[in-house]
Amino acid sequence: MLRGLWKLTWIEMKIFAREPLGLFGTLGMPVIVFVVLERLLGGRSSVRAPELARVVGIELPIFAALLVSTGAVLSLVTIISIYREGGILKRLRATPIQPQTILTAHVVTKLVFTALTLTLLTLAGRRIVPEGQEIPLARFAVALLFTTVCLLSVGFVIASVVPTARFAQPIATLILYPMIGMSGLFVPLDALPGGVRAAAHLMPFTYAVSLLRGAWLSEPWSAHLGDVAALLLTLVVCTAVSAKIFRWE
Amino acid sequence: MIDPVVRVDGIRKMYGRLVAVDGVSFEVQRGEIFGLIGPNGAGKTTTLECVEGVRRPDGGSIAVLGLDPIRDRRALQRRIGVQLQSAQLQKRITVGEAIDLWRSLYDSPLDGAALLDQLGLAAKRDAWFMTLSGGQRQRLFVALALVNDPEVVFLDELTTGLDPQARRAIWALVRGIRDRGKTVVLTTHSMEEAERLCDRVAIIDHGRIVEIDSPEALVARHFPAGRIAISDTKWLPPTLEDVFLKVTGDAMRD
Repeated sequence: MLRGLWKLTWIEMKIFAREPLGLFGTLGMPVIVFVVLERLLGGRSSVRAPELARVVGIELPIFAALLVSTGAVLSLVTIISIYREGGILKRLRATPIQPQTILTAHVVTKLVFTALTLTLLTLAGRRIVPEGQEIPLARFAVALLFTTVCLLSVGFVIASVVPTARFAQPIATLILYPMIGMSGLFVPLDALPGGVRAAAHLMPFTYAVSLLRGAWLSEPWSAHLGDVAALLLTLVVCTAVSAKIFRWE
Repeated sequence: MIDPVVRVDGIRKMYGRLVAVDGVSFEVQRGEIFGLIGPNGAGKTTTLECVEGVRRPDGGSIAVLGLDPIRDRRALQRRIGVQLQSAQLQKRITVGEAIDLWRSLYDSPLDGAALLDQLGLAAKRDAWFMTLSGGQRQRLFVALALVNDPEVVFLDELTTGLDPQARRAIWALVRGIRDRGKTVVLTTHSMEEAERLCDRVAIIDHGRIVEIDSPEALVARHFPAGRIAISDTKWLPPTLEDVFLKVTGDAMRD
């Protein structure tokens, strides 16, 4: 029984909302990046090269969604390491609260803010969608939340190994950003050199991009079972690993 | 004879090659204020954290209220209150939220508002943890340790870094806990605190207990003359600090 889970989750959400910089980084940054890039790439202009239209219409929303997901992971790693360094995790452990309750509260908090940011992105992105084009929002939201849960498990592994809170963000960035770089978002996987392509197939972001792209293009889930399986495998393996190596103090 | 509230039997704890606790044994009776005192790095906190179930000893056995702190951790956590050394809370959690959260973890918690009132924190209910003074933080931690109306309360360096007023207020509080029939186990650096507050103290050094008794009995045993020479012409009554220095030596510790 996860006693105290909702209370702790609610408190963690309020605490997060009270920190202006973190809140801006989480809610504001992806939206700003999205809007600025969209403007730079031609915005509303009706005469748009087909290639550019593809980028603005497909790759940009997926990139923004990935930023949201990655932001959640970075924030999780930072918060967990600050809590550990400050003895907050240890203090919570000296109560009847279950360890999994503490960690679940953070995952739920991150998912709620992911959903909030996605809502803001949707509002900001309404104007770039051509007349008559249907955007499968519900499907895309499910794909993004599922992806985020799986990537958060990677965050717990990183949070288990970072030595101090000071290094948490840089180390997490160093691990995550290259994965985004070779995820097939910016450069098609087929165009990557053989070795890099092989490595990309081992990274969860590659499957996340494929799943999100599929959801955005309204492809059936059945076409992306491989992506779902790969992300689930990531979730299971990372959860198992962090259960083994997670440090409370 | 009634079973002791805390029974520690020959516990050992190593950190790598460092022996932090080396065969510590003691018992604490119901209604006592029991103090663990010792130089820095003597093993006080490690001993206390093993008793609280926060740390697993490498050897020996511990029973608190007849329960094993590791095996019966969850059952025990409901019946004890813990204040950890240099603990923190989330920077932006309010005093009221912390109390609410802690109350939600127990079956029949005390009234939160009354507890805050009693600890002089009623006006700070909506204040963020990061804005509290050292004394206010310690009082909040005492409140959290008491929220489940525990039978035993563990307090680790409760008054370190506090001004005399805050210290006195917290001492009165600890006596109040004992007067309500609870048992208190604490660690401290302050010999004055141990002398004034504790019914019995154990002096720990290099992971072992070197003395254990009431402060008065320890002073009487080590200084039967009842006075010590400060200079050729000046004599003073001996204190627990004199006993402490006599048994642990005056070499500086880490």
